[in-house]
Amino acid sequence: MNLRRLFAIAFKETLQVWRDPRSLSIALLMPLMQMVLLGYGVSLDIRRVPLCIYDQERSQTSRELVERFVASGWFIAVHHLADARAVRDAMDRGTCAGAVTIPVDFSRELASTGAAGVQTVFDATDANTTAIAIGYAQGVIALAAADFAARWAAAHGTRPPAAGRVDLQPRVWFNETLDSRNFIIPGVVAVILGLVGAQLTSLTVAREWERGTMEQLISTPVTALEVMTGKLIPYFAIGAFNSAFCLCVSVFWFQVPFRGGLGTLVLTTFLFTLVVMGIGYLVSVRIRSQLGASQVALILTMLPTSLLSGYTFPIDQMPAPIQAVTLLVHARYYVTILRAVFLKGSTVLDLAVPILALVLYAAAIVWIAARAFRKRLD
Amino acid sequence: MNPAVRAEGLSKRFGRFVAVDRLDLSISKGEIVGFIGPNGAGKSTTIRLLCGLLKPTAGRACVAGFDVAREPDAVREHIGYMSQKFSLYPDLTVRENLRFFGGLYRVPRRDIEVRMAQAIAMAGLQGREDALVQTLAGGWKQRLALGCAILHRPPVLFLDEPTSGVEPEARRHFWDLIHQLASEGVTILVSTHYMDEAEYCNRIALIDAGRLVAIGSPGELRRRELGGALFELECSPLGAALVALRQVPEVIDAAIFGDRLHVLLRQPAAAEGLPALLARHGIVAGPPHGITPSLEDVFVQLVSRPHAAVRA
Repeated sequence: MNLRRLFAIAFKETLQVWRDPRSLSIALLMPLMQMVLLGYGVSLDIRRVPLCIYDQERSQTSRELVERFVASGWFIAVHHLADARAVRDAMDRGTCAGAVTIPVDFSRELASTGAAGVQTVFDATDANTTAIAIGYAQGVIALAAADFAARWAAAHGTRPPAAGRVDLQPRVWFNETLDSRNFIIPGVVAVILGLVGAQLTSLTVAREWERGTMEQLISTPVTALEVMTGKLIPYFAIGAFNSAFCLCVSVFWFQVPFRGGLGTLVLTTFLFTLVVMGIGYLVSVRIRSQLGASQVALILTMLPTSLLSGYTFPIDQMPAPIQAVTLLVHARYYVTILRAVFLKGSTVLDLAVPILALVLYAAAIVWIAARAFRKRLD
Repeated sequence: MNPAVRAEGLSKRFGRFVAVDRLDLSISKGEIVGFIGPNGAGKSTTIRLLCGLLKPTAGRACVAGFDVAREPDAVREHIGYMSQKFSLYPDLTVRENLRFFGGLYRVPRRDIEVRMAQAIAMAGLQGREDALVQTLAGGWKQRLALGCAILHRPPVLFLDEPTSGVEPEARRHFWDLIHQLASEGVTILVSTHYMDEAEYCNRIALIDAGRLVAIGSPGELRRRELGGALFELECSPLGAALVALRQVPEVIDAAIFGDRLHVLLRQPAAAEGLPALLARHGIVAGPPHGITPSLEDVFVQLVSRPHAAVRA
């Protein structure tokens, strides 16, 4: 590796990126757009689930229960129905996602025993949303049940007979508000850095083949390692800028808590950038056309990163063979690391396994990419 | 002294296609050798083999004392190369391109400014140092590419059709530069499909279908390779005349050149009888004129000869 030649390549590449509107827009506008689109668009939280209310009793207490559903913010009461068949009709028409049926003896039962039954029905055609909505409904009812029981106890001077069972009080750590944004945004950062990094470098060698400058370049004494390193240097600068940008947007705009060390973040981001830029460069060396290379790089980075990295779909919920495949997805390690650094404040030691995986990945990709570039035309 | 470029049995096959076929070549220091031949004859492939950009299928070649297959990087340090396709960076300026290649060839830092200024002067680009290369016209680009290729003062220079698509005046200017370099001791192998440019070379290598058909100075080739006297004949119709003449024993060969025929005769005396002979076939012919053969005549003659023996 000769520093003079390395510098010549790096300087030339920097000038070219600077003067190429296509590269520059990928480099600077794509992260901004994606941060906004994915940050706002992708949310697993469910709010304002439309409910039908079939209140058979219409008492003050039953109305209070309905208000508790609405006041929680998770639900809105779209219809008040008069009979059981109307519930079924409303579900069929899709005007509501669930129904709450309050029995005719609700407040009487509550007054005598301190507890009463309520029926909730949900449309489970969208199983995911329903599971979450059921969770919210249980939360609303549990809270209401506790208040009703306390009131009964105050009135009677003893604990209600229905109480006295084991009382589960769940606590969640690290993302206390269970805000899916805190969980999604670090993943979005990984997706963006992965996509942009590979896109940029996928053009770098292909451009030289397309323009015919490659033949001239490989007729000089420059080595394959100098070409690769020199070409990647300006993209690393862009990668560093994008990482800093995404981090700032996450923390200051989306208010995702950042509890880890900046050093851990910088180290792991460097490794991940090395992997994605190595992939882009490898594709560029192989494909030799800018359009083809950028398409292949898109498929290689976008699909695995969005589907198999655990960024939206939890890896431990996948079938075993697919879980095995995710071990090959570079982004899964970075997504794991980012979430842990953001939300748990994990250190390099805590993250030794995923970091080691990234190190191995980076070493393998760089080794393959350096060898893929041949200074021959045949 | 060792030749600057030497090839022995150099061959290159792409699948079943033989691009270069057992080529022998020896070029001395300071010589300008022109590669002449039709498109696809193997000129570019030979140059790429000599630059170490392609691996020979058989045979060997040494450039500046280094084996092109075994020591390609040593070869690259000692050559300058201009590929057929214009290959400077269009989105860099004149100065940026020069500085880039100066860096790749590790031109000593104390010399780089002087050599860049020389290259700019040679290309006639004073005052346009900071223009993007894509804004330059063909002749300037070509001379700048030559300037980039010789920044490191290579002893051997390979130029692959450097003047294609360049206007005639710029071509002459370019050849002046090549002669100047040769006078400084640079060995130059240049390919072209302009026959008139062959006259500027010390020696010409005629290449056809991957084989070296003949090599020698332009004068030698003209005198020796035809093996007869050349006459020009105006006649009509041309096709019928061609068929008739080829059956005449005194005629070595006949070929159409534009709107007339070039006829190669064993004896100049046979020329007088040609119009009468053609008249018997119903062909109207003017009097034959003896002409000095052009290199194109030589080339046509050599290529039409089956299994032409290489004579040097």
